[in-house]
Amino acid sequence: MRPASLKEGNVPSKYDWPPAEKRSLIGKRHNRLDGPHKATGAAKYALDRNAPGLLHGKLLISPHAHAKVVSIDTSEAEKLAGVKAVRVIAAAGTELMWQGSPVAVVAAETEEVARDGVRKIKVNYEVLPHLVKEEDLNKAGGFTKPSAEQNQGNVEQAFAASDVVVSEGYYGINTITHCCLEPHGLAAEWDGDNCTLHSSTQAVGRVGGDLAKVLAADPGTANIKPANVRVITQYMGGGFGSKFSADRWDIESARLSKQTGKPVKLLLERDAELLMGGARPSDYGKIKVAAKRDGSIVGWQSESWSTGGPTGGGMPPIPYVFTEIPNRRMRHIAVSTHTGPQRAWRAPNHQQAAVLTMGALDDTAHKLGMNPLDFFLKNVGLTPRGDVYRAELLKAAELMDWKAKWHPRSQGGSGHIKRGVGISLHTWGGRAHDSDCRIIINPDGSVQAQLGSQDLGTGTRTVIGIVAAETLGLPLSGVQVQIGDSNYPASGASGGSTTVGGVSSSTRRASIKALDKLLEAVAPSLGTTADKLVAVDGRVQVAGDASKSLTWKAACAKLGTRKIEEIGRQPAKDEGNLNDNGVGGVQMAEVEIDTETGIVAVKKTVAVQDCGLVIAPKTAESQVLGAVIMGICSALYEERIYDQQVGKMLNADMEFYKLSGIGDVGEIVVHMMTGVYDGRGVIGLGEPPAISPPAAIYNAVANALGVRVTTIPMTPDKVLAALGQGGRA
Amino acid sequence: MSKIDSDGQNKNGQPGKKGFSRRSFLGAGVAGGAVATLPSSAAAAQGAAGGRVLGPGPIPVALRINGKVHNLKVEPRVTLLDALRNHLDMTGAKKVCDRATCGACTVILAGRPVYACSVLAVEAQGKDIQTIEGLGTPEKMHPVQKAFVDNDAQQCGFCTPGFVMAVKAFLDKHANPTMDDVKKGLGGNLCRCGTYIGVRQAALDASRELKGGKRA
Repeated sequence: MRPASLKEGNVPSKYDWPPAEKRSLIGKRHNRLDGPHKATGAAKYALDRNAPGLLHGKLLISPHAHAKVVSIDTSEAEKLAGVKAVRVIAAAGTELMWQGSPVAVVAAETEEVARDGVRKIKVNYEVLPHLVKEEDLNKAGGFTKPSAEQNQGNVEQAFAASDVVVSEGYYGINTITHCCLEPHGLAAEWDGDNCTLHSSTQAVGRVGGDLAKVLAADPGTANIKPANVRVITQYMGGGFGSKFSADRWDIESARLSKQTGKPVKLLLERDAELLMGGARPSDYGKIKVAAKRDGSIVGWQSESWSTGGPTGGGMPPIPYVFTEIPNRRMRHIAVSTHTGPQRAWRAPNHQQAAVLTMGALDDTAHKLGMNPLDFFLKNVGLTPRGDVYRAELLKAAELMDWKAKWHPRSQGGSGHIKRGVGISLHTWGGRAHDSDCRIIINPDGSVQAQLGSQDLGTGTRTVIGIVAAETLGLPLSGVQVQIGDSNYPASGASGGSTTVGGVSSSTRRASIKALDKLLEAVAPSLGTTADKLVAVDGRVQVAGDASKSLTWKAACAKLGTRKIEEIGRQPAKDEGNLNDNGVGGVQMAEVEIDTETGIVAVKKTVAVQDCGLVIAPKTAESQVLGAVIMGICSALYEERIYDQQVGKMLNADMEFYKLSGIGDVGEIVVHMMTGVYDGRGVIGLGEPPAISPPAAIYNAVANALGVRVTTIPMTPDKVLAALGQGGRA
Repeated sequence: MSKIDSDGQNKNGQPGKKGFSRRSFLGAGVAGGAVATLPSSAAAAQGAAGGRVLGPGPIPVALRINGKVHNLKVEPRVTLLDALRNHLDMTGAKKVCDRATCGACTVILAGRPVYACSVLAVEAQGKDIQTIEGLGTPEKMHPVQKAFVDNDAQQCGFCTPGFVMAVKAFLDKHANPTMDDVKKGLGGNLCRCGTYIGVRQAALDASRELKGGKRA
């Protein structure tokens, strides 16, 4: 019989996950390993770095959306007491493409003086024409560019058929910013030719290489190699896709540090963080869907457009999830705007794709007079994993009590409070990234797991600890997890939900290899051979005979003076069926809307998610809860607001860039499809549950009001405007 | 580092003024305008009378933090938050919005939770300042901190110390909170990763733990 941990067609391997009945730590509810350090303030982040003599760096940023630097004079800043260095980033002649572009940087003894220095820099700008708003294509002037057209089947014929119902609508989602609580940046410290960066990054293995490449072109640091740069990230305060590379200001910190001979710390101030620390592109679309009277979707047409800043915005993957709609035509226009450039946002392009697709399909169900649950169930055959979605739709419906709560549109209640429910489906890959893990077993019994990975708050440390301890038969406290340092064996960047598959697989392999070595060393003293031994419950014993055993500590003492060091790699050929790729999820939202104020409240969200084998359920559930809450922010509150007249962002602060508070998020029910798909191994989880919340809430609002609020976020002004167009019927 | 008494006040403690809620306190600070300060009524009166001018250079400032007095020299414009973080290496309170919005820098000043980014260090003199560093250690956590860990009320952890201090101050005043009380009373702190569900439960669990313990 095929072991539970084995995928179809693969051969069993000793590296496979232990079967469910033999797991003592995997799948159990452990507290995150670094929780006490975070809860007591002992955790040190890049922003917390205080080294002797440390200088504070501050940026001068462009106040204009589009301008050319005519002249720049830093002499007054340089004269200021306490200012140690000033560097020009945008020399005369440089064209600046968005408000917030770095212009110059000051290093000073205190933050206050550094800011004074920035204020003393005199810049003359030639202000150039700008575009900062893209929803109205008619006002986009020459900044648009057709970027994609895809065709499948015969769209004209599908829409002209006599037996189809056609639903047509407009759908949109505005740009949001990452708004990481710890801003982008780092502290740079030189020791001779070696540079250490305390960086707020999702990629300790990448930032050093980025920096070395640039500095190698500077006089004075021409000999620098990636190996000269060490990157440390023990803790980092949020990235969500926006913190992979060395940014320009990071490079300037390293240069300022080299120039002054002092450590320099520069993390963005809040306005700069919101202006250029990362943006999730917008997306807007005019969409037509054709479906037969029985609910089968047969045609899709979309004209979409978006911006990701100066480079325009790509087409999201639409139609989303229902990728096998037989006849479809998608056209997309990229709009270049003078706004902070896009960065990957938790499941890049998928939130937008879900909003456009699920909005259009929900309207189609309405036009057909169908319950959207039945409509989506009817069409799961058009998705790449119909069985998974069917099971998840039914589970979510049960947890939401969908049958009791759903009503046809315009029956949201007779008073001024309207209620409604909505559905969205999503998909993601989550394939394991490349990862090396070093396991060290010391003669004193201590164990270290070392990986050049980083924990963004997802629980990476905890996952590594669980896997190593489980494999070595130790309690979770028996393994020291050492990550967040580029000196450890290389592991991938933490993005795209690739980390958990990567680190769990490399840690599993390294732990088994190291254990094999230990068992070989111990076997003679137990009068047996290594293949007869197992490590369980903190002991090394003969399998099935606890009387012949040594404590872990006594077993390790047999190593004499020599520690064991083994590297485990992901990927590795024919070495275990540890991870997989591709998941589905279904979410449902219930909203309550006050039609007098236009305020939408999310009462309940149900998130049903498949991600293969769940190593650490407690932190995994936190990932889903957090994803839903972020999605509620996006659906109802947050957006980057620009004024076209002046070309400025109006809410580059946290007072008017709105996030949800603790009272705004209602009840959230998380259901992980554990047990069902364990045999697939570990699959990433960070992105998928973050995709559906805006779309599910979008549809719930339409269900409640009887009219669609077309553009997300669904702020009270838009709700009232939609009602004004006849939604209160 | 001195211990906090079980009644939540410092040994040198000055209990907070009654009838001054956290929300109205913070609201006054925000409504005060662009300047990120919150003068006490006494200081404001002094200012109106054309009182003494501090600075602009560094001046001696004495801060009583977690029961211990720290003497430092900072410019009068330095915020309590920057004094803690940049001059005393007490980096538990985080600088995030720097404008009295997000609560990541919450400390307890004279018994009341305040946004340390919007209080000047000079104004905090003569008052008891409680920071996360005085509450507990990873090895010996305060019940509020333990409740955060047990409920996984944290992800990246950057909002966590501020949230912990806000919960501590909230429970000092509201020993028997309901879920609704928690939702309202902790509305002054923001989280980006989305840990609110855990924080709500942590606050309720900690209130029970504190009642069952020495505070009963």
